[in-house]
Amino acid sequence: MAEFWKWPEYRKTVPGKDWRSAAVVTAGIDVGSVGSKAVIMVDGEPYAWAVRRTGSNSPDSARRVLDWAMEGTGLDDGKIHFIVGTGYGRVNVPMAGKTITEIACHGRGANFLWGTSVRTVLDVGGQDVKAIRVDEKGKIVQFLMNDKCAAGTGRGMEVFADLLSVPIEQCGELSLSVPEEPPPVSCTCVVFAKSEAVALLRKGWSREKVLAAYCSAMAHRMVELLNKVGVEQEFVITGGQSKNLGVVRRVERLVGFASLPAPNTDEGRPDPVFAGAVGAALFAKALYERGGK
Amino acid sequence: MAVAGIDVGARYAKAVVLQDGRVTASGSVATGFDPAASARSALDAALAAAGLDASAVRAVVATGAGAEMVPFATSRISMVGAVARAGVWHFPDARTVVDVGAEDARAAKTDERGTLLDFVVNDRCAAGAGAFIEAMTRALEVRLDEMGPLSLESTREIPMNAQCVIFGESEVVSLIHNKTSKADIARAVYDAMADRVSSMVRRLGVNPAVVLVGGVARDAGFVSSLSRRLGVELRIPENPEFSGAVGAALSAPS
Repeated sequence: MAEFWKWPEYRKTVPGKDWRSAAVVTAGIDVGSVGSKAVIMVDGEPYAWAVRRTGSNSPDSARRVLDWAMEGTGLDDGKIHFIVGTGYGRVNVPMAGKTITEIACHGRGANFLWGTSVRTVLDVGGQDVKAIRVDEKGKIVQFLMNDKCAAGTGRGMEVFADLLSVPIEQCGELSLSVPEEPPPVSCTCVVFAKSEAVALLRKGWSREKVLAAYCSAMAHRMVELLNKVGVEQEFVITGGQSKNLGVVRRVERLVGFASLPAPNTDEGRPDPVFAGAVGAALFAKALYERGGK
Repeated sequence: MAVAGIDVGARYAKAVVLQDGRVTASGSVATGFDPAASARSALDAALAAAGLDASAVRAVVATGAGAEMVPFATSRISMVGAVARAGVWHFPDARTVVDVGAEDARAAKTDERGTLLDFVVNDRCAAGAGAFIEAMTRALEVRLDEMGPLSLESTREIPMNAQCVIFGESEVVSLIHNKTSKADIARAVYDAMADRVSSMVRRLGVNPAVVLVGGVARDAGFVSSLSRRLGVELRIPENPEFSGAVGAALSAPS
């Protein structure tokens, strides 16, 4: 059986940069429930990054993603001055000098990637949704999270990708191709939403219409959480679902304004999936400079 | 004259025929995608078993998630009202009736006549219903009928953190990777589900006479976990999956 939930892994090294001429080399490793991200920074600027699917063995996931990020650079663990681990699996980052919560890291990372005007961060990962409000330094003012229920998380989207046989990276775009927005699926529980989707398909709904109804239900869940902490501009979306335009556009419609566009990877900025790892690498730099070895 | 009760559930449509205060026949058919047709077949099966013609039935009362989709019903009753009635009919001293089906669960507080006094329903989250067990059997690669007996072989209590079916599946997979025995995992699954159901019951106040009905009442693993959590011996009728239909039939206007 094809595995439609399997999103592609990727890596990048910023051309024309050399860690050998840098004073400080740090790394942030964000082990999420479905994706592990590593970002290496030289003197506080992104240098290399990679994302891989988290296997069932988290210690191994941290190792594999850091190795992949370092590939071809001549770096090894000994040449990195400080590593910070974060994310759901942060206790399983054996090479980290310190671990920091992903909430702090996403706030810090968003502040770096988009600038000091960011006030609200919506982080949608594989297994949880977080609505975070930050100040001009990227420090957490308030946050709320749902990690009890798969509704509105990337994991729920995976279930739908498999159910509808649509590669997960195409689901969002496809859901936007409906001529008219259908009502959201009424069930919040992913298990029940799946049964509801099967019934809708039998009624003759197209796959894109079912996807639209599901993305819309996800967006409603996220906005409920956002409204509880209060959404202030500028607003950004991080985590795996930041790539799901079907959800992003609907969240924007519901909150009434657009989120800031993703930073340009060609200009040496990792995409929003890496926000947590970027934050972790920045904390690593600060810790190293404070002598927190 | 006979009356019939039909409970159209998420997985099965169940029908019973009641004659002179006794259940004389029953029928059960998978609900599938056409609830009306499966309700019809379940009723036909029950009538055939009773040796009755449809014209001999003066009332057909429908209940369950698909009650609205039974076109030939002469009246309808809520599922929670139906199981309250059936619980007291099965066990006259019952005052709390718990019903756990495939996709929902409910607890009812009743008086001695089976009249509903208070109730709690969960139909929003699959983690408190039979669907939770089904999903975990897939992760554990055991059959549904093996799961209960397997859990009873468990020698230790381990906690399950996931409160969601989807996350529960991943947790079971990682427990398997950590070499936790399947028996201990199976028990953890039932304990987790019993936690959710027992908290519903506690909201109504637990009394010693608790009746458990619904398809999941057939699952020895769940029964064991729930009685441990509630600290009472559960009373379970002979064919607990038919209780909704029985309660519906009992509510037929005389």
